[in-house]
Amino acid sequence: MKIYLLTDFGSTYTKVTAVDIESAKIVAFAKAFTTIETDVNLGFDAAKKEIAAQLGQIEFEKCLAASSAAGGLKMVSSGLVPDLTAKASRLAAASAGAKVVKTYSYELTEFESEEIAAIAPDILLLSGGIDGGNKKVLLHNAEIIASVPANFSVIIAGNRSAAAGAAQILQRGGKNTVICENVMPAFGKLNILPAKAAIRDLFIENIITAKGLDAIAEIMDMEIIPTPLAVLEACELLSRGGDTEEGLGELMAYDLGGATTDVYSMADGNPKVPNAFISGITEPFAKRTVEGDVGMRYSQSALYDLILEDNPSAFYAEYGISAEKTSQWLEICAAEPGVLPMGEYEDYSDVDSALAAEAIRISAARHAGYNEKIYTPAGEMFSQSGKDLTQVRYVIGSGGAVINAANPRAILQNAIYSPKDLNALKPLRPKLLLDMENCFAAMGLLSRFHGDVALRIMKNSFQEV
Amino acid sequence: MEEMAKIEDMQEIEQPTLVLGVIGADVHAVGNKILNYTFTQAGFNVTNLGVMVSQKEFVEAAVEADAAVIIVSSMYGHGEIDCKGLREKCDEAGLTDILLYVGGNLVVGKQEFTQVEKVFLEMGFNRVYPPGSDPKGAIEHLRQDLALN
Repeated sequence: MKIYLLTDFGSTYTKVTAVDIESAKIVAFAKAFTTIETDVNLGFDAAKKEIAAQLGQIEFEKCLAASSAAGGLKMVSSGLVPDLTAKASRLAAASAGAKVVKTYSYELTEFESEEIAAIAPDILLLSGGIDGGNKKVLLHNAEIIASVPANFSVIIAGNRSAAAGAAQILQRGGKNTVICENVMPAFGKLNILPAKAAIRDLFIENIITAKGLDAIAEIMDMEIIPTPLAVLEACELLSRGGDTEEGLGELMAYDLGGATTDVYSMADGNPKVPNAFISGITEPFAKRTVEGDVGMRYSQSALYDLILEDNPSAFYAEYGISAEKTSQWLEICAAEPGVLPMGEYEDYSDVDSALAAEAIRISAARHAGYNEKIYTPAGEMFSQSGKDLTQVRYVIGSGGAVINAANPRAILQNAIYSPKDLNALKPLRPKLLLDMENCFAAMGLLSRFHGDVALRIMKNSFQEV
Repeated sequence: MEEMAKIEDMQEIEQPTLVLGVIGADVHAVGNKILNYTFTQAGFNVTNLGVMVSQKEFVEAAVEADAAVIIVSSMYGHGEIDCKGLREKCDEAGLTDILLYVGGNLVVGKQEFTQVEKVFLEMGFNRVYPPGSDPKGAIEHLRQDLALN
């Protein structure tokens, strides 16, 4: 047996998966509480001990790890125009596996500076202006950011003519500063890979240590990466295929968590109807979005606010629940974020599922592109913003709120196109799969060494509903 | 040769940026390509948005590119409706000093060009060109309006 030990340091649990490379099977799984406040090794050792109890004492071929512990990789991004450089900077940060708490556009204000101090990000991605374009916004925002009383690094990925000037301002303010290529060097042209690489480097150099993961990093055979990046890489492998193993083609994945809902799409996103054209940025094949106000526990009240703003009575009617019961469940969850809708709380499972379903619907509509109908002398045409995901063949659900639900299909089907979000270009007829063994992140790690094995395991463990 | 030297000189100093595009639901691409080529050859930094460009896209591109001029083409006769409000949108976006040029088949039917020009000047455009204008004229105007030599 050649065993790889794959660890995901989550905010609550440290999850350890042991994979036998030769048989391409998950041979053991264990979890323990993440002990990052004291010594992260305690939780890791406890989980490893359980693995040893299942497998006996064996040598591990390689140990790999991803982490979203201690708040994950918390980022703020900024740009000039919301649909252009601000969107590009958000896409770059999200594709690096960050939890993008907020994206700012135009010139930052004093009020926003206080907000950034309160968010206390690990990294701020500063962009704005295409190359040779607007310089003012980058220099102005550098001034504001330099005076924010919080300790974080800044990556400058804006107008290259203003980058050096902005870096000087930030360094004078004591901020660790890195310059990389512009996220949008020319109008509408996306260039997120250099910023993504800069985020990765900072994560390895500074943030692992700041989060108390450096001792763990030393015993691993590869650098620790952010968990969402591991999931993104697993999704990309699953879609494109490995060296010999075939992929599933275009797909989407949802990771419904306590604090955020992460959405991944692996698809070219080009128009699928003949009379449509793309306006704005052409988004990347592998796209991730992260919704900080859509989650099942820590951001549950923010999610409920979105439902209340929309049409609460339709929400209660659709899921057969009452406003009182929903409020009760929100109170219970706020008091004890670890609570599950089972045992004494089993009665609330319908509310929990309804909230999960809405989480999927809202985050799906935000991730997918949309069409606007316009009438021209040549007839009806569609202006498409974002990605057309209508032909996506698989939608994969992961996260406890989906896979442990009484009816996971009822939740996940909100990822499918419906007249409720008329213009959203969501998948029309996808197959719905569940990541029952919670192996997405682990397979992302494994994919860096054994793509075909990781792919085979995912294909075998995902179950259709 | 003299012209080439002039272009090289201009590229030494920072070149003004033009945002170029065909407005509305208009798909006339050929003239747009010609303008893109001529203005680029004349030494300007051109951000070309192509055809079917909305007012929002013109304004947003001008903000990101820090453009000195927006040059709008319209060939299909709906120019008046499509261009109305562009100046106000620029003001709103802080582009208070930006020059707006427009040209093409701006209205339907046979109308006196002076009348058409008046309408567009009142809308806040700085230069208006009739169909079949030589881009050289616009280049001359750009040099005047932007005080380039």
